[in-house]
Amino acid sequence: MTPRTVVGVMPARLMDPTAAPDWRLVRLGKGIMETLIQQLINGLVIGSVYALIALGYTMVYGILGLINFAHGDVLMVGALVALQTMTFLMGMAPGMSPLVMLSIALLVAIVVCMLLGFTMERLAYRRLRNAPRLAPLITAIGVSFLLQTIAMIIWGRNYHTYPQLISTTPLQPIEGVFITPVQITIIFGSAALMIGLLLLVNRTKIGRAMRATAENHRVASLMGVDTNAVIAFTFVIGAGLAAVAGVMFASNYGIAHYGMGFMPGLKAFTAAVLGGIGNLGGAMLGGIVLGVVESFGAGYIENLTFGFLNSSYQDIFAFLILGLVLIFRPTGLLGERVSDRA
Amino acid sequence: MNELAAAIPWLGKRNPTAARWLILIIALVAPVIAWQFGRSWVRILDFALLYMMLAMGLNLVVGFAGLLDLGYIAFYAVGAYTFAFLASPHFDVHLPFWTILPLGAGFAAMAGIMLGFPVLRLRGDYLAIVTLGFGEIVRIFMLNLNYPVNITNGPQGINMIDPINLFGWDLSRNLQIGENFSINSLFLYYYFFLLAVAGSIVFVHRLQISRVGRAWAAMRDDELAAKAIGINTRNMKLLAFSLGATFGGLSGCLFGAFQGFVSPESFSLMESIAVLTMVVFGGMGNIAGALVGAFVLALLPEILRDVAVPLQQTLFGHVLLDPEVLRMLLLSLAMILMMLLRPAGLIPARARYSHDHHLSNKLKQEAAK
Repeated sequence: MTPRTVVGVMPARLMDPTAAPDWRLVRLGKGIMETLIQQLINGLVIGSVYALIALGYTMVYGILGLINFAHGDVLMVGALVALQTMTFLMGMAPGMSPLVMLSIALLVAIVVCMLLGFTMERLAYRRLRNAPRLAPLITAIGVSFLLQTIAMIIWGRNYHTYPQLISTTPLQPIEGVFITPVQITIIFGSAALMIGLLLLVNRTKIGRAMRATAENHRVASLMGVDTNAVIAFTFVIGAGLAAVAGVMFASNYGIAHYGMGFMPGLKAFTAAVLGGIGNLGGAMLGGIVLGVVESFGAGYIENLTFGFLNSSYQDIFAFLILGLVLIFRPTGLLGERVSDRA
Repeated sequence: MNELAAAIPWLGKRNPTAARWLILIIALVAPVIAWQFGRSWVRILDFALLYMMLAMGLNLVVGFAGLLDLGYIAFYAVGAYTFAFLASPHFDVHLPFWTILPLGAGFAAMAGIMLGFPVLRLRGDYLAIVTLGFGEIVRIFMLNLNYPVNITNGPQGINMIDPINLFGWDLSRNLQIGENFSINSLFLYYYFFLLAVAGSIVFVHRLQISRVGRAWAAMRDDELAAKAIGINTRNMKLLAFSLGATFGGLSGCLFGAFQGFVSPESFSLMESIAVLTMVVFGGMGNIAGALVGAFVLALLPEILRDVAVPLQQTLFGHVLLDPEVLRMLLLSLAMILMMLLRPAGLIPARARYSHDHHLSNKLKQEAAK
């Protein structure tokens, strides 16, 4: 309202520069086919990050019926903690191999985020489990902004350049199509994590307890499942995934910032809804579909609207998809749950 | 209007008449007191009044009808930009204030219905996210519609908007009375906004006890039951959205004219959240709550700015938390702590129309089981 610096305002390109760099590469490319493949790759990369984040949303929603608004900000904390660790390690042991350094940073970020997820659930959400419907949601919004503020206090308002420990020199598997080693790592890393999560949920004892709790709290607790522990565990796992996603996101764009979690958080939520909220496979599918749609949308919007709209509108696609899905197919692509639940 | 008297905690219950007079006196004298601390404080009070209107409008949607709207600031933006388009050198159009005001309100109401139609089937958390998306879409368009045709002037915003002109009386000029006495323009705006807020209070109060208000309350507490007793929930939801938006549009117009400058930066998600916090903090579903919430949360950050910054200077030698950080910290903590400790807000709505009453009874029954 008053003309102050306001949080929500980030230069669109810095905040979420998916389109900007890749898209210029694309425009240099010659053929239609190369452009198409390039957009597909970009979409896959960002889509797999969305999918990782979406898993956190969907697990929590499946169990509690709560949209954990602060999930995107956990991602931001993960990215910034990893950044802090890397900077520290570079100062302490400059000779360390980049891969070891990255692994240590990832580990620290995961642990911090897991603790954060646990604390959030314990302090804020657990007490509101039986409260009127709006209360947990409003609290979650509050937690999200609180995390951003704390990050702003610790890391300042500036954009931090993210150290590129994995090479970013683009490879050219096909003439005119570029992919960087970071992007390859992101695709394979997130695929591995997703498979791991599916195994955890479907093959282990705690996974069975999670599914039981999602099905029905009370009955699960009657069957001897410690539902409080299961819910806390769900938050912790989701936060761990978000930490990894945060590091991936920041490495891909080379930038980290206290507000960086907001947009990917929202988009991942969209992805979760698109796939069918509460459904793990759906979240993965939704993430990838959303990433690809967004990448194609940003690439072709200028031609489609005869130059009236350009790639700075790319954030709109996620919201449009969200609206359309909720109106026409609220259960999502794979979901059975109805939007009125909760 | 005992509703309003509730704004003063203790007195309001014992002696509502006295409380009402006290409120009136405070409202009239406030800018004079603020003037003693500097003119910027009068300006802050002016903004506080605008926030009050916004909070009342959002309260219609969130508190009365139970629809959580996180994109509310978009309507404010529609109002402000309408004013900016129709009364500034940007398009070189200068329509009179009284023509633009209904237009701004109308456009905002239309935007409200446009948002309302697709989200009719959604409830609770989904609705919140979709409205948030709507707010962001509006902001993205404001930011980017300067190319290829310059409509909104992009991130720079629109400058030199005409001030409010009431039938030839320009509120932006100090009013000269006699030789050596003049009333500052900030006071003129204050009392004009105060009139607007007073009008809104009367309107919202009448609305709340009307058929529509009762239908909203029924819908909020149990949509299915409301449908079953013959309430047209679709129309009621649309009405809530459009009326809430109208308030946003009106205060947006006033904001544009008062500030003389609009830019997308003023309509970020943070502002939507700030207005929501005001409603939540004061007490959902309750006029006095929205007013007190807006007043406290509009003023508190400014007071913090004046107190906390010098305090940090003396304590630590430098500023650790700048005012903007303090404001965010305050808003987010207010939201979380209120929900955890006092979910009905500072001034809980009267039991008759509140859903917390209904829900707390339900919870008690659950606990008893």
